[in-house]
Amino acid sequence: MTNFWSKLSIKQKLAITAWFFLAVPLVFYVTIRFYPTFEAFYVSTLKWNLLGVKKAIGLKNYVKIFADEDFWLVLWNTTKYALVGVPISMIIAFVIAYWLNEIKFGHNLIRAMYFIPFLTTAVAMAWVWRWFYQPLPIGYFNILLSWIGIPQQPFLKSVTQGLYSIMAPAVWAGLGFQIVIFIAGIRAIPRSYFEAAEIDGAGRWQILREITLPAMKPTIIFLTVISTIGFLRIFDQVYTMTADSAGGPLNSTKPLVLMIYEFAFDEFKIGRASALTVILFLILLMVSLMQLWLMRKHK
Amino acid sequence: MKWLKSAFTLVVSGTSLLWSGLVHAVEIEYWQYTYASRVEAVDKLIQNFEAANPDITVKHTHFPYADYRKKVAIAVSAGDGPDVVQLYYGWLNDYRDGGLIQPLSSSAFPHANIEKDFFPMVGTMKVNGEYWGLPTAVRSLALFWNKDMFSEAGLSGPPETLDEFVDYAKKLTKTDANGNYLSVGFAVDTDGQDHHWWREVLIRLYGGAPYSDDGKTVTYTSEAGAQALKFLTDFETTHKVGSNGFMNRGQDAFAAGKAGMVLDGSFRISKFVKQEGLNFAISELPGHNGKRYNFSSYWVNGITSKAADEKKEAAEKFLQYLTSDEAMQLWLDTVGELPAKPAVALVDANKDHPLYGPFIRGLSYANATAFVSEKPQRQSLIDAYDMVVLQGVDPASALAKVAKSEQEVFNEFFE
Repeated sequence: MTNFWSKLSIKQKLAITAWFFLAVPLVFYVTIRFYPTFEAFYVSTLKWNLLGVKKAIGLKNYVKIFADEDFWLVLWNTTKYALVGVPISMIIAFVIAYWLNEIKFGHNLIRAMYFIPFLTTAVAMAWVWRWFYQPLPIGYFNILLSWIGIPQQPFLKSVTQGLYSIMAPAVWAGLGFQIVIFIAGIRAIPRSYFEAAEIDGAGRWQILREITLPAMKPTIIFLTVISTIGFLRIFDQVYTMTADSAGGPLNSTKPLVLMIYEFAFDEFKIGRASALTVILFLILLMVSLMQLWLMRKHK
Repeated sequence: MKWLKSAFTLVVSGTSLLWSGLVHAVEIEYWQYTYASRVEAVDKLIQNFEAANPDITVKHTHFPYADYRKKVAIAVSAGDGPDVVQLYYGWLNDYRDGGLIQPLSSSAFPHANIEKDFFPMVGTMKVNGEYWGLPTAVRSLALFWNKDMFSEAGLSGPPETLDEFVDYAKKLTKTDANGNYLSVGFAVDTDGQDHHWWREVLIRLYGGAPYSDDGKTVTYTSEAGAQALKFLTDFETTHKVGSNGFMNRGQDAFAAGKAGMVLDGSFRISKFVKQEGLNFAISELPGHNGKRYNFSSYWVNGITSKAADEKKEAAEKFLQYLTSDEAMQLWLDTVGELPAKPAVALVDANKDHPLYGPFIRGLSYANATAFVSEKPQRQSLIDAYDMVVLQGVDPASALAKVAKSEQEVFNEFFE
């Protein structure tokens, strides 16, 4: 052994050492991430209640899912979380980041304040919001509304307002992260571009449109993908804020991940849950591939 | 170094001596979910049991409710985990099908004795001619009412009929100038116990039944089912005496003194008793046309498939103690759940107890739903209620819709 080791060049020794250290996280990832992922594909072809025998049923789980009208509602809900949540959160985050970048006094304090919700436990925060949304006499939002003479709103208890009421704290919680990334993006643009533009007499709006936004395209694409995936995977807020954690009323707020959870751990239909997980995986994969494609085009 | 060697030998021989002493004692494991008073009660029971059976030790393990089913399932199917386990009666079929529990031997638990001693609803534990678990305690529903709000509204006692119930709820409701509730007459709460009330009490009071006798078919699509649902939704839509989930949960509204009446189980007594300034009383659920019904449920203790030989014997002994009269009285005094045997429950001291009495009297006319899977079945009522209240669907169509998906749950289970 010592003989073998002494025969190696320094470069080879370094490589072996590096691989040795890399092996630990690699083994970790393979066993607790990749293996269960592949296992999910296999389990999705079974009828299995976690306890009894596993029965191979082919693609029946998928057939049942696609025939379930609740699935299409839930898929539409999930899409709504992403389609509405992503643009709203990105616009708000960009506006805040843009102006925050202009000020020096209190910059750090304000940035920290926006960042705190990102660090807070989602469940704790969602509970606070759940109480904010309560009807009179205890709900904070409804008390505010009644002060300015607007009738109280059902918020979480409404099939039309429920989803957006749950989206609001999710948007709010993600803002801090998006703002920090946006500020970093803005600062990465060479100052000389702005100076040149100013000398040429460009206005603030023109600079924003012609320089800042195009130069930030990679940042914007990155954040769009990250937050799209985030919204497609929304769970904590819905689980915490809806009565009985059921994604109600009438499934109007239920996202895919909650449906997976219910199949797996309330009804113990592990096969059906795995099939749904595979579907979510494919959706997320498509989103990520689209990002790669967009980024390459940009370069 | 010689002293070290001899010290080592001494330690090793000492430990093995200790071991040989312990090996003769059988250790069995008991699992339940974490709930302060239940944990306290089981600890006391184990202490008594071990004092009477010095050759058996019982290890008590408990988990948060949220993980309980998962952990039991995974541990037992891996040949690990408890010998005696607590499970909700509605889970029996899952546990039995999964091979998690074994039938109780008829020598240790003679069927004739079970049928003679326990309340009849324990019959749901008999499947394929075998009993699979026995309860220490049972639960039923009763009406909690706020005495101060009642006297303020000029009411002297609890409602005895459904009509009185509606009338009283109206009198107890307070709103501001814009019609917003300041306090509700009846705290409707479909996520709480109201789905049981609808299924086992209201439907029967209107002359129907929730499911067929063999438990395989949904039958609440009858007129009685629709009437019962209308009775429930009318509180919010017509009478305007409360809204579902007012102050988050019915029990919270009642605890805060902002609800005149709420339906709940005896396990809620300890919460309300601790609430300062809440002056409440308990009575039996209101009847209709001279009839009364109640819903009962229970947790049973079963012996897992893992227990064999001397462990099985020890587990049987422990289960016998858990279902003894003494254990049942201790459970009532510690946890507030009702004894599962009439002989213990229906003694005058319990029957006339101001807090437990109404629940115990309710047991004699109670039914336990034979759930296939509790959560989706509960969701049926929650969804039907929301369809009527939020979407204006008529009760019969709402029920037709949820019955369809509930029947699918049944079909899938029985196929």
